[in-house]
This record gives sequence, structure tokens and C-alpha cells, in this order.
Amino acid sequence: MEDQTKEPLVSISGLSKWYEDFNALHDINLTVSMGEKLVICGPSGSGKSTLIRCINQLEAHQKGTIFVDGLEVRPEMKNLESIRRDIGMVFQNFNLFPHKTILENLMLGPIRNRGLSFKDAEALAMQYLEKVQIAEQANKYPAQLSGGQQQRVAIARALCMTPKIMLFDEPTSALDPEMIAGVLDVMVQLADEGMTMICVTHEMGFARKIADRIVFMDEGEIIEIATPEVFFSAPESERAKLFLSQVLGH
Amino acid sequence: MKQFCLNLPTPRSDRTKQSKTFNFAYAARSLSSLVLALLIFASLGYLIWRGAAAMEYRWQWYRIEPFFFRSVDDEIIWGPLIKGLIQTLKLAGTAGVFAIIIGLFTAFARLSNSISGRIISTCYLESIRNTPLLVQLFLFYFVLAPIFGIDRFWAGVLCLAFYEGSFAAEIIRSGILGVDRGQFESADAIGLSVLNKYKDIIIPQSLPLILPPLTGLIISLIKHSAIVSVIAVAELTTAGLNLIADTFMAFEVWFLVAGIYLALTVTLSFGISIFEWSLKSRGN
Repeated sequence: MEDQTKEPLVSISGLSKWYEDFNALHDINLTVSMGEKLVICGPSGSGKSTLIRCINQLEAHQKGTIFVDGLEVRPEMKNLESIRRDIGMVFQNFNLFPHKTILENLMLGPIRNRGLSFKDAEALAMQYLEKVQIAEQANKYPAQLSGGQQQRVAIARALCMTPKIMLFDEPTSALDPEMIAGVLDVMVQLADEGMTMICVTHEMGFARKIADRIVFMDEGEIIEIATPEVFFSAPESERAKLFLSQVLGH
Repeated sequence: MKQFCLNLPTPRSDRTKQSKTFNFAYAARSLSSLVLALLIFASLGYLIWRGAAAMEYRWQWYRIEPFFFRSVDDEIIWGPLIKGLIQTLKLAGTAGVFAIIIGLFTAFARLSNSISGRIISTCYLESIRNTPLLVQLFLFYFVLAPIFGIDRFWAGVLCLAFYEGSFAAEIIRSGILGVDRGQFESADAIGLSVLNKYKDIIIPQSLPLILPPLTGLIISLIKHSAIVSVIAVAELTTAGLNLIADTFMAFEVWFLVAGIYLALTVTLSFGISIFEWSLKSRGN
């Protein structure tokens, strides 16, 4: 790890995690450098979500180390919040705060965590709402928006914290088909702007478009890491071939 | 596309509600069950009146006014029942506030990762729930009160607070656990501190889950407060006991005392249901 000249933004080594006796992650080694876009794919139950949830410690790991921006992330650490503030996360089920308006959803983090004034936070929030093209819905409540709109709000909420990295946990899996494009557009735009991203997704077209590397996981292990060109045309492992035939074959 | 659809009559708009003609059979059934209910109440009342007459009880309802207030030289002096009611309100109000505070601490101790917090809260809950309230009251009054030098009013308050606090703890805990796990996760993910997470995200969403059962708890607290009459705290039930000792009007006084408790709890639950309704209509 120390031999690397370019400091990676996220570096994971020897990571293992168990739920009781179930081995969810086994000896994961992965580095993500600044500005890199990583797509993690694999069959369900392969540990993709668990892996990215370990990065901001929504899940605690038992073995191995995770460094984010030079700081080690450990389950029992005291200042976990301050590390989480630099890691944006978007969930499958949006998880917007239903009792707050869209604008309040976005402003909460900057006001509470960055000490912004109400006015500054509002300006920041509106700026990001415009970026995801929901500015006109600012004073509505989450339940009044469509799934696709809610997910774009969730992305904007994460961006309001000006994170160094964005984690996406199957952001389009809970959406109706006609809503997916709008969310993916926002994510592509974000990728073009140079945001460091780790996406767990089944959207292979999107992966092909933005990914620098694709990580294929199965049974809690990383099976192979390859560029999209190599992964989609000539995957090394049998399991990746099988997976791709199932995902792309219809 | 949507606009186009809206202008056309759709099959759905043709499906009108069921006919609204007057339903005689339904009205007759409702009326007859209403009459039946009135009959049952009337016969119960008659039985009580006849039973009392048979034992030659002399109803003296005309004597009850001074129980509530007397007017001396244009000055109103409150009677024993009103004074007792005020004491009951003080007792239940103070105990209620303490019960909610104790409940909050216990709930968070049980939810926390701290082993000592979980042990202490579990011991507290189990010992309070598995002993009679009356025995707890005697413990507070005859054992703890002399040791710590507290008077009978505060012995009663603390006993009730610890008793109801054990139920408040479970109500609050289940309300917090009732909030979607994703809410905890997204609050964590944007890096909120534990305090802000609960203050801004979790508690506002668990309030609608906590309030209805907590109302029930406050109502049962008011009713349980009658038990402190056994250690002679001057509240409503004690006032009733004293009045009977003075006037021998047991029937009238107990009806009055029960009526006052009833009026109090019904008013309270009505007020809270209005508050809940306003919470709900605001939340959407």
C-alpha cells in the first residue's frame, strides 16, 4: 500500500465481514483513485452493497482496513461523522426525510454539519436542485414527487455536502422504467464533471458509458476487475460470463 | 398526452357511486339498537335506585353544592372536591412529566450499545412491572421517604412516575424502532451527529407513533393517582373519603368523584385527538 506514489482516495485491503456465521465479504482488496468511476456488478447477494456500505461504515467490518482520503475508517471510531460528511451516499429507496420539504432535506446537512447560515444553505440547495432539474419542486414534500424525482433530490442532497466521493447503492433499482433515464443522466453529468464515484448497479449500458473499471463480485469476493471494453467483450472468469449472458441476454 | 386524456370522458368517470336513496331497513336497525342501548342504561339506573331505596338510602343530592364551592360575602371558596381535583392535577401532572423523562432515559438506555445502560434499564423495567403498584407505594412511603427525607406528596409523585415511566419507556422505544431503518441510515450518511439525528429526523417521525399510546398512559396515570389516597396525600379520592366521613353521603360522593375523573380523562383524550389530527394534516 505504501509503495503507491499516487495517493488513492479509497483503499481497501484484506476486508472481511461476517453476519453471524455468514461470510458476506471475503478478503476484498480495492483502491479507487481521485476522479475514478468504478462500477460494481454481480449477482444479488454477492456483497456489492455490503462493500460500499462498509466504506462509510453503515456496516461494520471485522477484518482488514479501509482508508478514505488518508484516514482509516473503523467501526468503533469517535469522529465517524466527520468522515461520513465527505462521503455522499445515494440509496436504492431514496430515504428522503418525509417530514421535511425538498429544500429542507437538502439544507439540513450543510446547516448542521458545515455551519452554513440559513441563507447560504438555501442558495447552495437551490443551486444543486437546479443541477438535477427539480428546482420548481423545492417546497413540496418527498411524497408528492415521483420516484425518479425523489432519487434526483437524494443525489442533490448528497452533493450539498460537497463530498469527495459518491457512493450509489443500486440507485435505479426501485424506479419505474420510464424514470430511470433522468436519474442516469444526472449521474453521467456528475461523472463528466470528474466526481469520484462507486456505483453498484445493474444498468450495464450506463456502466459501459462511464466506468473506468468494472468490479465483478460473486459470493462475497471480487472475481475480476477490468475495463468495460475487456469486461463486456472478453470476461476472464466463467462466473462473469454466465452473469453477463443472464444480464445482457434478453 | 395527459391533457388529452383529461378532456375525454374516461370509463372511470362514468362509474358513479352507489345510489344514495334512503335506506329504510338500515335506519330502522340503527334506531332499534339505539333504543335498546337506552333501555339497558335506564334499567341499570332503575336497579341502582331501587336497591338504594330498599336499603332505605336517603339521596341528598341537594347538599352537594358546598362540596364544590361556597360563596361567602361575594367571595368564592372552593370546596373539598375542587381542591382535591387541583391536587390530583398537580400530582398527575408532575408525575407525568417525570414519567416521560424517566421513559426517555430508559428507552435510550435500552437502545444504546452500553452494557451497563441495558442492564440497569432492564432491571428497572422488570422489577417495576412485576410487583404490585400498592407495594411499590408502600416501599416509597415507608422505606425510601424516611431515608431520603421526602414528604408524602413527593413519595406519591415519584412512585407514580417510576411506575408509569416503565410503560413510557416501552412506548418511546417502540416508537423509535418504528421509524424506517433507511431514515437512520440516510441521517448517518450525511454525517449528522447522534443528537441531531434524533432531534431532526427520528423523533419528529416517531411522535405520531408515540403520542396515541402515551395519551393512554397519561390517562391511566390520572386514574392510578387515586391510589396515593392510602398514604393520605390530599387529592381527589382522599377528599372524597373525608367528605363521606363527615356527611355519610357515600353514594353521592363516589358518583361525583367518578364523574370528575371521567370528565378529566375524556377532556384530555379529546384534546389529544385534536392535536394528533392537526399533526397528521400538517404532515402531508
